[in-house]
Amino acid sequence: MGLARRIIPCLDVDAGRVVKGVRFVDIRDAGDPVEVARGYDRQGADEITFLDITASSDRRDTIVHVVEAVAGEVFIPLTVGGGVRCLDDIHRLLDAGADKISINTSAVRNPDFIRDASGHFGNQCIVVAIDAKRAPDEGDGRRTWEVFTHGGRNPTGIDAVDWARRMEDLGAGELLVTSMDRDGTRNGFDLELVREMTSAVNLPVIASGGVGNLDHLSEGVIQGGADAVLAASIFHFGEHTVGEAKRHMAARGIEVRL
Amino acid sequence: MPAVVIVNLGTGNLYSVYKALVHVGAGDVRISSNPSEIRNAGHLVLPGQGAIGTWMRQLGKQPELAAAVRARLDDGPVLGICLGLQALYAYSEENGGVACLGLLDGEVRHFAASRGQADAAAHRGDGRRKIPHMGWNQVQQTSGHPLWRGIDDQRRFYFVHSYYVEANNEHEVAGTCTYGNRFTAAATRDNLFATQFHPEKSQRDGLRLLQNFIHWKGVH
Repeated sequence: MGLARRIIPCLDVDAGRVVKGVRFVDIRDAGDPVEVARGYDRQGADEITFLDITASSDRRDTIVHVVEAVAGEVFIPLTVGGGVRCLDDIHRLLDAGADKISINTSAVRNPDFIRDASGHFGNQCIVVAIDAKRAPDEGDGRRTWEVFTHGGRNPTGIDAVDWARRMEDLGAGELLVTSMDRDGTRNGFDLELVREMTSAVNLPVIASGGVGNLDHLSEGVIQGGADAVLAASIFHFGEHTVGEAKRHMAARGIEVRL
Repeated sequence: MPAVVIVNLGTGNLYSVYKALVHVGAGDVRISSNPSEIRNAGHLVLPGQGAIGTWMRQLGKQPELAAAVRARLDDGPVLGICLGLQALYAYSEENGGVACLGLLDGEVRHFAASRGQADAAAHRGDGRRKIPHMGWNQVQQTSGHPLWRGIDDQRRFYFVHSYYVEANNEHEVAGTCTYGNRFTAAATRDNLFATQFHPEKSQRDGLRLLQNFIHWKGVH
């Protein structure tokens, strides 16, 4: 017995509202981040991740208010990502009640940002999000992945596993690894990618991208070695509750918080 | 009823602790670095995140505040959280070695430098202990302290830390946790109770502990 593997529902937030239709039961307003977060808390979510997808820069402050409202009512760890550019952005989110800040594009633009951020706030609150896509086979039998930024639109030419090691060296406290090939497909995690990442670093790794059923969550842990699994649609659409997911994992011998 | 005062050293997010205390029914909760407010607190909370070097430096820069905290430790219920536990010991290995308050008997060590890697291998099943220790782990209650009231033994609390307390005096240990090696998850002495985990982030059981704290009268 010991540390539990975590299940983390992920919510996309646009200008202060939850988008991509959350539809599970006993929610009056599926767009209200507080209500949705409270619902997941009741189901037994171990953490909640908010991804801010607000495009217009003048509405970017809305995520701070979302965090404040949720942190006032839901007493589990909250992670926030999307559009974090400077130490002040991190500061405001932490002050609002966020526990961890997830950084992707800004880390690629300036890797030292991760060193500065973890030096300033402690590595426990700095999550580096890596969006990885399988690179074409070079014929040498070696599987590689490339880092993408801007929500998977921009290739960087950076090898994802090398990048993970570099982020660990610079002070990341956790990695959130999303397969761009699997995201949205519901075909399951890219388990090879998850396994590569969990073998490459000595940090907690959250697997993300592709979850379509409960077996996929268990595979992420058992085959991928993930410390936590992140999913959106299987929970949002009410197909499964977090509680069901945990019982499913527990039945496969995975230690979870019940 | 005198206020619940959260000591503000300017080193991190106090909002979650504040909201959690309000949530469990503490009427008057203040975040403060004012020495007289700290001395007069009904219940004092000593939270902390980040690096202990910064935390102790902030305390050192404000001698009156430091004196108020020390005075208050003998005087009425105090709850330390995370660094607010570690700072109570004499010494931490973090930041190249930092002298701390020395109110409890023991030292603060880094997980990687500790013995017990073999246990860690068994524990994680992958041969390594990941750092930080991040997530929900079980706490074994080793004393029948009033702050555990209504909380079952072996319940899970949320931890996030790379350094841990190795206590020398088992009478000062209120709970333990295992991550590769066993370490102090909660400590107590007189009016003091302190946790390595974050009750304000540990859902129902964490809130119960906070509720127990604000109703705790201390030992005298």
